[in-house]
Amino acid sequence: MTEVPATPVPAVPVVPEGVTAFEVFHVREGAFGVEGSGDTSGFGGLVELMHMPEPSARPYGGWFDAVADELELSLTARGIDPQSAIEKVVVDREEISFFIRRELLVGVLSALRDEPGLRFEFSSGVSGVHYPSDLNREFHAAYHLLSISHNRRIRVEVTAPASDPHIPSSVSVYPTNDWHERETFDLFGIVFDGHPVLTRILMPDDWPGHPQRKDYPLGGIPVEYKGATIPPPDQRRSYNA
Amino acid sequence: MTTEDVKYTSAPSQSDDAYAGVNDDVDGRIFNVGGGDWDSITVAPEGETERIVVNMGPQHPSTHGVLRLILEIEGETVTEARCGIGYLHTGIEKNMEYRSFVQGVTYATRMDYLAPFYNEAVYCLAVEKLLGVTEQIPERATTIRVIMMELNRISSHLVALATGGMELGALTAMTFGFRERELVLELFELITGLRMNNAYIRPGGVATDFPADGVQQIRDTIPLLRKRLKDTGNLLIDNNIWMGRTSGIGYLDLTGCMALGISGPILRATGFPHDLRKSQPYCGYENYEFDVVTADTADAYGRFLIRIGEMEQSLRIVEQALDRLQPGPVMIEDKKIAWPSQLSVGSDGQGNSLDHIREIMSESMEALIHHFKLVTEGFRVPEGQVYTAIESPRGELGCHLVSSGGTRPYRVHFRDPSFTNLQSVAAMCEGGQIADVIAAVASIDPVMGGVDR
Repeated sequence: MTEVPATPVPAVPVVPEGVTAFEVFHVREGAFGVEGSGDTSGFGGLVELMHMPEPSARPYGGWFDAVADELELSLTARGIDPQSAIEKVVVDREEISFFIRRELLVGVLSALRDEPGLRFEFSSGVSGVHYPSDLNREFHAAYHLLSISHNRRIRVEVTAPASDPHIPSSVSVYPTNDWHERETFDLFGIVFDGHPVLTRILMPDDWPGHPQRKDYPLGGIPVEYKGATIPPPDQRRSYNA
Repeated sequence: MTTEDVKYTSAPSQSDDAYAGVNDDVDGRIFNVGGGDWDSITVAPEGETERIVVNMGPQHPSTHGVLRLILEIEGETVTEARCGIGYLHTGIEKNMEYRSFVQGVTYATRMDYLAPFYNEAVYCLAVEKLLGVTEQIPERATTIRVIMMELNRISSHLVALATGGMELGALTAMTFGFRERELVLELFELITGLRMNNAYIRPGGVATDFPADGVQQIRDTIPLLRKRLKDTGNLLIDNNIWMGRTSGIGYLDLTGCMALGISGPILRATGFPHDLRKSQPYCGYENYEFDVVTADTADAYGRFLIRIGEMEQSLRIVEQALDRLQPGPVMIEDKKIAWPSQLSVGSDGQGNSLDHIREIMSESMEALIHHFKLVTEGFRVPEGQVYTAIESPRGELGCHLVSSGGTRPYRVHFRDPSFTNLQSVAAMCEGGQIADVIAAVASIDPVMGGVDR
């Protein structure tokens, strides 16, 4: 029996040159237990890649096409090239997301708010997501916009690399995003350039680190009960999938 | 305190920190808090009027929990008002990433503790939308959700009136408000077993069906509630003192509301009838007849009138929902998602139903495995993200849920209306009197558990 050399599994697989890389959502390693727990089931060696949804092709269906058309027209009228501003459009579960290049975010948001055909006058805030496996797009900021005039809801998503976690502030367009951006900065460390006072809002001012990042541990202390010790939740042996 | 204690704390230690114990670390900068004369602490610059910054809260009884208001005042006039929040931050969103989708309900319900059913509902609607099973939720479960949510709107608005009244000195409003809320909480206790933090609405349906006398108890309570709500209204609506304290206070017009993302009664007090139950119905709200209550005063008094009116509308919806309630299952049929057992009340309290325990422990090995897998691992939710929004008593409550295809949420974010609405404090209070800050904040009705999450 020939010996198979053990090859370490790279946490993020290498994509060959010239191949369009899928955006990796999440890399799932193992299915059971914490790492190095002596798992004998074999599932511990599993590496699964979870992918971002692929860009949708037209027609998007319903009013989505009308919004996309109107957005492209109004961007052109404002001197912004829609092709470069809109990275991709994803229609998933009856919701439409516009992925916008971060440099052009404020211009796109003003168009979305002001154009009569769009009129997304109400912002439901900003929500950050940390995807450590989505290389050079680790931080996502999702802006949920509501048009009360047309009764439509869309999502605008912007990404920033972990090496340069900067996104232009949208407070000048949507003043309500003031606290939402502060919260996203506090919990993810995304710096919103141009925000009037980008300070921590939920955590204490001198807190080190940004708790909602995926590499920030949950924390917690072991609990002792009737002589047995139960480890904190993120260190328990549990199903990872 | 013994003499030894005194010596221990007052003895001069190694450095300039008079209060350091022998084992305390005295390296670095040391802050001592002591008394002193105001003039020796701050000297007003020449030619400038005195500028005083007052912290109202976080422990002030009139600040609705641990809200800290930082007020810059000139005499009795507030020149600048800012909020300090975060004192109740418990990391609910982070914690939910480490628990299965069903366990998440237990966390979500604790955010806005006056409106637990709304937190649960918005989260469960998001999970169901990600699963793609929104259409498969049984009719009875959806109707029960509506009943619980509307009863919850009444109990939440009653607290808003009660605490708001108390803060302005209307103590009868407080005793009335809490007395009426008790009626609703008794219904919650009867149906869910708990008065708050119910974790009753679950992905796929609700935790357990109404008890045998549940519907009748609600029907019996409604007339009493209606009569007493009318009393509370009569007590305050034409009350000169109440109007004097709230009319024209905390003014915020439609433009301000739109810019600041304000929703709920504050937005409707500007005369704009925006209500997600009407514009983007969920849980079958399009099948109920009710009015969107508005006012055109854009002040604290208008918001009070709206809350009074909305409670009446909620009773209307509950009555219609009770009429629509048909026998049937309260949990989704899909056994890969549905919680395997129903709750029941036994001699030793609430727990899994005895029939179910008998089945898994002594009749069916497969049922036991199924129960174990679903309870410990939970169900998988396909990759993707959704944003769901419902009309909570305070405005648009949203849930941005991201799943990586596993059994736990990848990221959950709640857009709590209290958080957003609190941003309007500066716009409402600056230029007014200190006493009016209390009335304005009470009319915003922030719940810090939701603000800080």
